[in-house]
Amino acid sequence: MLDLDQYTCLGEALRDALDRWPNETCLIESDRDRERTRLTYSDFKLTALPLARALQDAEFRPGDRAAIIMTNQSKWLVSAYAVFHAGGVLVPLDFMRSAEEHLQLLAHSKAKFLVVEYHLWRAITQSPEFKNHKLKIVLVTEAPPTSDLRGGFRWEEFRRKGDPVFIPRGREDAACIVYSSGTGGRAKGCVLTHGNYLEQCKALTAWYPFWPGVRYLSILPTNHAIDFMVGFIGPFVCGACVVHLRTLRPEFVRDAFVRYRITYVTLVPMILKNLERGLRAKFDALPAWKRFLLNRTITFNKALTRKQPNVKLSRKLLPEVHKAFGGDLQALITGGAFIEPTTPQFFYDLGIPVANGYGLTEAGTVLTVNDLKPFRADTVGKPLPGVELRILNPDEDGIGEVAAKSATVMSHYLDDPELTAETIVDGWLLTGDLGRFNGSGHLQLFGRKKNMIVTEGGKNIYPEDIESAFEGVEVKEHCIFAANYIWPQKELGAEALVLVVHPDLNQEFGDSTREDAASRNRSLPDYKRVSGYVLWDKDFPRTASMKIKRAELADEIRKFLDRSPAVKEL
Amino acid sequence: MPTQQQTIDEILDLAAAQFKVPRESLSPDDDFFKKLGIDSLQALSMLTRLEQHFNVELPDYELQGVSDFRTLAERIQSRL
Repeated sequence: MLDLDQYTCLGEALRDALDRWPNETCLIESDRDRERTRLTYSDFKLTALPLARALQDAEFRPGDRAAIIMTNQSKWLVSAYAVFHAGGVLVPLDFMRSAEEHLQLLAHSKAKFLVVEYHLWRAITQSPEFKNHKLKIVLVTEAPPTSDLRGGFRWEEFRRKGDPVFIPRGREDAACIVYSSGTGGRAKGCVLTHGNYLEQCKALTAWYPFWPGVRYLSILPTNHAIDFMVGFIGPFVCGACVVHLRTLRPEFVRDAFVRYRITYVTLVPMILKNLERGLRAKFDALPAWKRFLLNRTITFNKALTRKQPNVKLSRKLLPEVHKAFGGDLQALITGGAFIEPTTPQFFYDLGIPVANGYGLTEAGTVLTVNDLKPFRADTVGKPLPGVELRILNPDEDGIGEVAAKSATVMSHYLDDPELTAETIVDGWLLTGDLGRFNGSGHLQLFGRKKNMIVTEGGKNIYPEDIESAFEGVEVKEHCIFAANYIWPQKELGAEALVLVVHPDLNQEFGDSTREDAASRNRSLPDYKRVSGYVLWDKDFPRTASMKIKRAELADEIRKFLDRSPAVKEL
Repeated sequence: MPTQQQTIDEILDLAAAQFKVPRESLSPDDDFFKKLGIDSLQALSMLTRLEQHFNVELPDYELQGVSDFRTLAERIQSRL
């Protein structure tokens, strides 16, 4: 791996990687079972540099912001490198957002350039807000030959001959603006520096190294902090290979493990649980004697790997299971959301280590990860090298808010000094998550102090972002909460959003009003939907500027209502 | 080419069979996540089943923002 201490920016480290391993494969892109692209580091350079040159010729200046809205594919990484080469700041946006949200975040980030897939660009151009966009150059990938790009250029044709000028950046300079939340409420654009990423990469690869020959299956969206690090920066600075799948269909994901002999993959809990369900169903379908033998072998494997994993030995003991994962899998990485401990334990017992971690965008990528010495399914691991964690105001059980100090913590929230000052206090990032350390120094999480949920798919959902969808429902006022914020529980999981409605004095929340709210709820993406409503008969407490005092309202609701009778199905 | 109504009916038949729910409990405007009790990965596997049946290929993004059978039928119909 490259010695990252010698670099001041990501562009410099990536540039050296392209020269260091010219003949190693760095990228494979597969659409279902059809391989579309295979690039060596040298090919990658030859693809990216003409794009960087074209950007510079189009007056892309150091510090300019370039947004990317794409699914996982090779052009994502090629474009990102071209932006870094030209000294730009990357704004990776979640492709799952709506066109209106994309336009809001493009405006908030002040991005001048955009790289976007055709189907997403088509949706953006159909938005009523499209006319207000301030983008200077839009590069559209994979557009059909006769399509109207509404002022955009074809990515495939946007290239110029001649070497682009490499623009170095400092460790304190912004590398990326990553949105940890929303649009309807307060957009939180985390400004992460080149130093943040270089330090994160160094710490993470100290525990989970990559090397030439490693194949990382990139399934999490690359705009997500985890995949950006372990599905791009980490593998590249170590000469490893990233495999992109253009589909998340379970049958093709399973197939990719075998076809590409995957070494590492990061999975959100939902996909990990899906894999577990599939394996359990296969085990259950075995004849009784085979199942008996399998269970005995699993028990034997558990005994031999109690203190630490021994993947080679486990592969010999349980060859069929390991063959189904390609035979070279070293570890499954998971994080981004709560996972029932039984799921990682299931895989560990089969001899497949699960590196369960914890982090948040504001902290770079990851703060803690399981070091597997020994494996602890009920924790999110130990702080990575260079990460200092503290439990603030612990209660009688030792549980309090997790605060972090690390060179990986973001510089600030874009254009929001007030929120930055509330979130980073005396150099400590207040995570809003509740946790404690167990006797062996592993962090255990118990819930959230903040009003938000993380879905099983790893998405942060802030209630304020969804409230506007219910504007117009015939009630005096409404508000959305994470149910666990109103009624705290000392555990994670089963996170849900609830709609609190306060009808006018002479109104009732009757069938037609409820149906209106339910229909608005159905129009939201499934991960943003509320799971129930709470009827409230008092005015919401508000500030002088009429903002809802959410903490106070949650306190009042908690005082008067119990969760299960109060939350009704919408 | 089947009509839009035929496409919807066939989708409802297949969804009912795949997720073992009574066919008569499903209607075109139902939210299939809620009605079938499925997550987004299971919805993708339903899409695979539908592709095989209608002999079309639908990229994953065609399912983005779609949660009712009627819209799903429109997406499939446009590719038949």
